[in-house]
Amino acid sequence: MDTVHAAVQNLSRRSFIKVAGGAAGGLVLGLSVGLPDTAQAQSAPPPRPFAPGAFVRIAPDGRITLISKNPEIGQGIKTGFGVILAEELDAKWSAVTVEQAEVNAAVYGTQIAGGSMSIPRAWDELRYAGAGARAMLVAAAAQRWGVPAGELTTADSTVIHAASGRKATYGSLVTAAAALPVPDIQTLKLKARKDYKLIGKRFTGVDNAALVRGQPLFALDVQLPDMRYASIEKCPAVGGKAKAFNAEEIKKLPGIIDAFIIEGTPPVADVMQTGVLPGVVIIGKSTWAVFSARKALKVDWDTSTASKDSWTDFVRQARALSSKVQGDTVVKATGDVDKALAEDGIKTDAKAKTVEAFYEFSFVSHAQLEPQNTVAWFKDGAVELWAPMQRPDPALVAAAAGVPADKVKLNQMRVGGGFGRRLMNDFVCEAAYLSRKVDGPVQVVWTREDDMRHDAYRVGGFMGYRAGVDAQGKLAAFDAHMITFKDTASGKVSKGGGISPSEFPADYVGDYRASQSFLPLATPTVWWRAPGASTMAWVQQSFLHEVAVAAGRDHVEFLVELFGRKSGTGAPPVRGLDPDRAIGVIKLAAEKAGWGKRLPKGHHHGLAFYYSHLGHIAEVAEVSVDASKKVTVHRVTVAADVGPVINLSAAENQCEGSVVDAVGTMALEVTIEGGAAQQTNFDRYPLPRMAVTPKVDVHFVQSEASPTGLGEPVFPPVVPAICNAIHAATGHRIRTLPITKEGFSIG
Amino acid sequence: MMRLQVKGRDLTIDGVAGDTQLLCVLRDELGLVGTKFGCGIAQCGACTVHLDGQPVRSCQIPISAAAGLRITTVEGLAKGEQLSALQQAWIDHDVAQCGYCQSGQLMSATALLATNPDPTDAQIDSAMAGNICRCGTYGRIKKAIKAAAQAGKAQAGKEKA
Repeated sequence: MDTVHAAVQNLSRRSFIKVAGGAAGGLVLGLSVGLPDTAQAQSAPPPRPFAPGAFVRIAPDGRITLISKNPEIGQGIKTGFGVILAEELDAKWSAVTVEQAEVNAAVYGTQIAGGSMSIPRAWDELRYAGAGARAMLVAAAAQRWGVPAGELTTADSTVIHAASGRKATYGSLVTAAAALPVPDIQTLKLKARKDYKLIGKRFTGVDNAALVRGQPLFALDVQLPDMRYASIEKCPAVGGKAKAFNAEEIKKLPGIIDAFIIEGTPPVADVMQTGVLPGVVIIGKSTWAVFSARKALKVDWDTSTASKDSWTDFVRQARALSSKVQGDTVVKATGDVDKALAEDGIKTDAKAKTVEAFYEFSFVSHAQLEPQNTVAWFKDGAVELWAPMQRPDPALVAAAAGVPADKVKLNQMRVGGGFGRRLMNDFVCEAAYLSRKVDGPVQVVWTREDDMRHDAYRVGGFMGYRAGVDAQGKLAAFDAHMITFKDTASGKVSKGGGISPSEFPADYVGDYRASQSFLPLATPTVWWRAPGASTMAWVQQSFLHEVAVAAGRDHVEFLVELFGRKSGTGAPPVRGLDPDRAIGVIKLAAEKAGWGKRLPKGHHHGLAFYYSHLGHIAEVAEVSVDASKKVTVHRVTVAADVGPVINLSAAENQCEGSVVDAVGTMALEVTIEGGAAQQTNFDRYPLPRMAVTPKVDVHFVQSEASPTGLGEPVFPPVVPAICNAIHAATGHRIRTLPITKEGFSIG
Repeated sequence: MMRLQVKGRDLTIDGVAGDTQLLCVLRDELGLVGTKFGCGIAQCGACTVHLDGQPVRSCQIPISAAAGLRITTVEGLAKGEQLSALQQAWIDHDVAQCGYCQSGQLMSATALLATNPDPTDAQIDSAMAGNICRCGTYGRIKKAIKAAAQAGKAQAGKEKA
């Protein structure tokens, strides 16, 4: 992620290079509609002087098309990117159309929906693209009217010369503007925040009108002439291979064209690079035909190389390891935590205390509602695909299809939920491979069971904590021993697992240690909404509440004092936790929720803070628990400092959705036994439904910091805030996820 | 050969076995892809359509059971350019995130308001309990249903007056 950090810091410089180099600034091209058609249509490999239509296109009739380069997965980026471009362009929003960009790294650089990084990465680039196009339109008007550009203003897609009362629409200026040189980025002046007309307001999503009509926006909706349908049975235990199956019987079933075994592509060291998994492929004339044939399949699996993972076994091993205070690897250590926590250490003072706890959290599934699918069309040595991707990867697809990377065309379809799963391209590769094999258009569709069996899950894990508070009740020593996983294929820490040396409260307490031990894991795991953070926040913020309770201190006061130890030091040089922004949102959440004030009978508050994905977020949950341990979450107050908000409606929607996701997920688990997931559909993996939706109050601190995305950072504090409220309500500390393991339910 | 009535049009389809799932006929045979496949076991509601006005999970309906009945899909909610009050409320409240479940949500909500034009919160929770939104837009769905109900009441009031 270091490159990401650097990119955030160097955005201005990067944008400057791009524009100066003409590679991706997009401004000229915005006006390239005035160029001959051949120029617009050109799509030469880099380096190239222009990238027609990279971000802005204005037609002579005034129609403005803005291009959103990153995948739309429900985070609202297509609308948000449009708003940023339109703001600096001073475009009339109601007349703007936003289009999804083609996949083209030479023009757009990284096109990824991940890490909530779309907004921070593109913030400067898009603003300069909009401002550059605007500057060229202004220059064209200045030239036409023979007045200095400095006398001109813009509004609603119109250039205005107030002194003479003259106006010209953008459409009327595009031909002239297109002939002008690209402005030097250093001459462009971005708007001050007070001058924003669009950014920060509420916008309905640009695809909403099409969505409510059921228009085809998703990859699953793509239908090509003579398209065949493919469904693949894979070994329930990861890594198993098909030896034989009842091929003759299957091929005779109605609507079935072919059925065969595939070996898959060789195993790779990174789950993100997974190509095609082995299995039995059924090709047919409809989804129904292939799904029905699946039910008649009898496969003889070779499980000699398959996973034998067992969650029960992992829990047993982890509990045994938990007696060790220090893990196999020390991630960070300051002071002498063992001495501080020893009998003759902190406990020399009668009022000092130590607190110990052990936490366990299960695997969970991404469960995005649109099952994995892709349409691929291999024709004349090239392959075109329509897929729900968070991370389009032409090279990976090219390898699967056996064609050069420049013979791959990837169409970014609206993604029916991402949550991290579609950073993997296994299903895309399957379609590419099979289209080549059947030599024609094919749609690969996974069943829900395929999806949950062959997910790369959110990794489970275990955390042992010890902490000491001094005679004043202040946190004086902190020891974290995480028991996590290493992927057996790569030997690396399983994706989403592990503890980072900067994990809070490192550097906030003198005697500190974070260490980790590993269990081997064959089950694939991949990024899952707020990876790492979504579970780390729960263990850490639950345990810090345990410490505050043990110390007899108010939780808000305890956290404010802890963060206050580094007040005034700012964030780390590149990015990171800023103690004052943390304190700001903790106080705001407490104030807005009415912390310490009287609540309805039986209602209790719990609070948590977590920093992730550049967002500082504090939340207060208002909860009641009935005699049957049914937990009702009445309200969640969100205080979020994510820099300026782009589209207030989408931002609030992400907060509301993150809360519902977290409320639901805290009662969910995928247990792996014999290498296979035991929950394979929503009957045994009951996603949250409408009735559990709490009221969500959202309060943004619109700081001057660069904006960040909101797809992830609101999720992590929700679960600990609820668990801390459950403790307030019942005196019971939840130390296991899902909470059903401790007899609780969400109702 | 089977006769179906979809979007007010009488259709006949050939070569489809009577046990074929309605969802698959709508999508693969008729190209009405607004109705979504989500789970295949009537848990998620993404495939909700109306048979003679009743909301059903089309993944559980064999085409033979739909023959002769009026089938309404999300594509049939608008009258030409005129969106239904619920569709408009969905846009006004910026309900969708990924949007994949929203066809099914709209079909369940439409069936609810057809029989109960002014539902309570609990009645909305109950009527919508069969539809999962993985993105968690339930709060907005509920607000949009209430707004459409209000719009419906206002319209009814106007017609009375």
